[in-house]
Amino acid sequence: MRTPCLVFLCCWLALSAVGVGLAKAAPPHALIMDLTTPAKQRAALLELRDLADPTLKGVLQALKEGALYLWKEETLLILNDAGTLIDLDDKPLLDSAGQPLLPTEGLEQVALEQENMALVQRALEALELSASDPAKRRSIALRWGNLQDLTVIPLLEKAQAKETVPGIKAVMVETMHKLRLLDPAPQVRQQAIAFFGATRAESALSRLRDLRAKEQDPQVQAAITTAVQRIESYLQMRNAVAYIFNGLSLASILLIMSLGLAITFGLMGIINMAHGEMLMLGSYTAYVLQEFFAARFSAHADTYFLVALPLSLLVVGAVGILLERGLLRFLYGRPLESLLVTWGIGLVLQQGARLYFGDQTSVNPPTWLRGGWEIMPGLIFPYSRLFIIGLSLVCLVVIYWLLYRSNTGLKLRAVMQNRDMAACMGISSRKVDTLTFALGTALAGLAGCALSLIGTVDPEVGKTYIVDSFMVVVLGGVGKLLGTVLASLGVGMSNKLLEPAIGGTAAAVYAKVGILVLVILFLQLKPTGLFPAKERLAAGTVR
Amino acid sequence: MKYSPAWKKALIPGSILAALLLIGLPILNALGVLSDYYLNLFGKYLALAILALGMDLIWGYTGILSLGQAIFFGCGAYAMGMHLMLESSGQGVYGERIPDFMVWNRVTTLPLFWKPFQYFPLAVLLALAIPAVAACIFGILTFRRRVSGTYFAILTQAMAFATWLMCNRNEMNLGGTNGLTDFKSLFGVSLHTPFALRTLYLVTALCLVGSFIACKWLVGSKMGLVLTALRDQEQRLRFLGYPIAQYKIFIFALAAALAGLSGILYAPQVGIITPSQIGVLPSLEVVVWVATGGRGTLIGALLGAVGINAARSLLTAYYPEWWPIILGGLFVGVVILFPDGLVGIPNQLRQRLRRTRAQLFERSVPGSVPSPTGRGV
Repeated sequence: MRTPCLVFLCCWLALSAVGVGLAKAAPPHALIMDLTTPAKQRAALLELRDLADPTLKGVLQALKEGALYLWKEETLLILNDAGTLIDLDDKPLLDSAGQPLLPTEGLEQVALEQENMALVQRALEALELSASDPAKRRSIALRWGNLQDLTVIPLLEKAQAKETVPGIKAVMVETMHKLRLLDPAPQVRQQAIAFFGATRAESALSRLRDLRAKEQDPQVQAAITTAVQRIESYLQMRNAVAYIFNGLSLASILLIMSLGLAITFGLMGIINMAHGEMLMLGSYTAYVLQEFFAARFSAHADTYFLVALPLSLLVVGAVGILLERGLLRFLYGRPLESLLVTWGIGLVLQQGARLYFGDQTSVNPPTWLRGGWEIMPGLIFPYSRLFIIGLSLVCLVVIYWLLYRSNTGLKLRAVMQNRDMAACMGISSRKVDTLTFALGTALAGLAGCALSLIGTVDPEVGKTYIVDSFMVVVLGGVGKLLGTVLASLGVGMSNKLLEPAIGGTAAAVYAKVGILVLVILFLQLKPTGLFPAKERLAAGTVR
Repeated sequence: MKYSPAWKKALIPGSILAALLLIGLPILNALGVLSDYYLNLFGKYLALAILALGMDLIWGYTGILSLGQAIFFGCGAYAMGMHLMLESSGQGVYGERIPDFMVWNRVTTLPLFWKPFQYFPLAVLLALAIPAVAACIFGILTFRRRVSGTYFAILTQAMAFATWLMCNRNEMNLGGTNGLTDFKSLFGVSLHTPFALRTLYLVTALCLVGSFIACKWLVGSKMGLVLTALRDQEQRLRFLGYPIAQYKIFIFALAAALAGLSGILYAPQVGIITPSQIGVLPSLEVVVWVATGGRGTLIGALLGAVGINAARSLLTAYYPEWWPIILGGLFVGVVILFPDGLVGIPNQLRQRLRRTRAQLFERSVPGSVPSPTGRGV
């Protein structure tokens, strides 16, 4: 009964479009008037819904809110928010004197039948399905996926044919198939199931599982089982990719942090306990610059990050020089004291930042680093994390070049191998020390600037990663860059792979404990890390 | 040098300390000069001084920097706290046989590992044995593989971090972030009476004096000489055939046991133990006490612990937000300017004076060689 009606309507619409012109396709007045008759209301609403004419919005909204009135049993009026009555063409009801008229008699509210409430809502949503705002279209398409109402499928079909944004089109098609899962005809159901099996849509998984419990037809049942299996195996694969990516992301952060630590440790035997606070300074550099740009160059606010990257490197590197020249050089050859002094510095810096900046702030990533790359449906690699991975690779290459291909690196390695002999050859080992320490802290500053993209900026920002990066240094040894790379990969990966394996809310905690145990066990095999510095055999102890 | 037995060397400072803490302060308290509140506060410092003694043994004398002493302290304090909570079981808000926080966490029966702590002697024994055994195991895993110096410091720090993370979890059944608190009584005596506080003070002072004498004896004995040698010339000692790892494991375990003892005495006097007292920061604070007081001298560790904790109580009352800065600054200053700590300052001044005099002498007598006065590493 519905289809001929629709055909008729379409014809009518086409005719009227030819007659009146596309701009002014008036809604069928007779249909609207049917809304006032309780018995015809439902049929009228169904047709109006399928029309999805944007000009109907006012009437439908008014009907939903109880603001639709019938005057003198012939004219429909809407009581707007301002308290005036307007007709369907938005013209106010005027008396003979041209004043707004608010009649007390002859006005009758059009009642919305209880059973039609959902239908009005649907009709309004149908209007939004062709709205100009893509977010609205998308949200309606998503919402309709949870309906039990098969009659909206033609609407979706129409909307999907007109849709230009591929993402929304896919959502609409998916919703259509979700609704078809409820179709009484087994073939249609089977087709829809096959569709989900092919697209491996995660969103349909629970729907399919529910369906399997209720399904009578054995063929459809089998189809559901295959589809569910396909989706589940896809999800497993996707999770594996996600874990690996998270592991890589953590590893890249650890790599930037521990490169600096490892070089300083290799050369001077000093573990910089304030490394986490150097990271914090880098983060705050980004934060301060962001505020500065927002205040002064709000038109180019996004470029702050491009300035922040090199600036954090310079600022924190300068702090490193100050630290080395001002304090650490007095403790030359006493690594444990140096460790303690750097810890004291870290404490002062941390509390200083807390006093000056307050407890927690954050940095807005520049627009070009927001969002992500959807590598497969439902799995997004955030650009910020990809950027950090890229940055860590750049750092690695630069450090490699600096250490093994440049003149400075040659000196540095000479001092590392034999300080006294290098000094005899005319290398200023003190200058090398200062430079190396500054390089180490500068890398921490860079890491801090990069980390401000994915986390908050607070005085304890270094705490999250510092213990892990110490573990990286211990694990990797100080003999080769490769040790640090492998160790950061090892620690980062096993952290992120242990977490899901342990499961539960405390997974991150137990993963950290697990890593520590693994590191200690690993040291049983190689007490000086993967690649120890070459020393005389007798001096078998680690610094 | 005339040889005198180690115990004799320990006797004189030990008895002075005993007279001061066990007789002097209680008399002041009895006379009303020192209020019960301050006596209790002082008892807390003395408990922490025991922790500092252990730290001085391993760091000051043996040269092993452990950044995880607070874990062992926490073992003792938690063990005692567990006993105290069980002692007052049934008196909680819910009147259950288990501590209140377990009721919140929907634990219905007492976890198995809590059971031994119902008995006081067993609780004390475990509070000393658990840290010692844990330290032994950790020592075997590290020292035998010749992991030492910075690596050891970092590993112990990571251990402190991990322990802190774990203790913050509710499912460990140790009270989560809130820790153990609301202790009521010990041996049926309410902990809030002046009698209990004074007794606790006396017990703490007694334990401190005992530990002090024992440590003094140890460092004066042949073992003590070996430990010092270990700090100064580990390679040479190894070549002489000393089993270095065994010495290190022993001293690490001893320091852990002392930390446990410190925790036992700390918990009932302060009335609360939370994970914030067993993490990385509290571990490093112990190092600050010892460094400030003067490492390598037991009295220095004692002075440092009492002095810095007193300063902390005083300053945090007025400028709580400045305390970390003062602590960090103090630490940097002490390590750079006074490497021998407060106790070492007179000696340092004397040396400086001597050096100045030597320089003056050198100027007046050309050609003479000044004696090297460099400090050992």
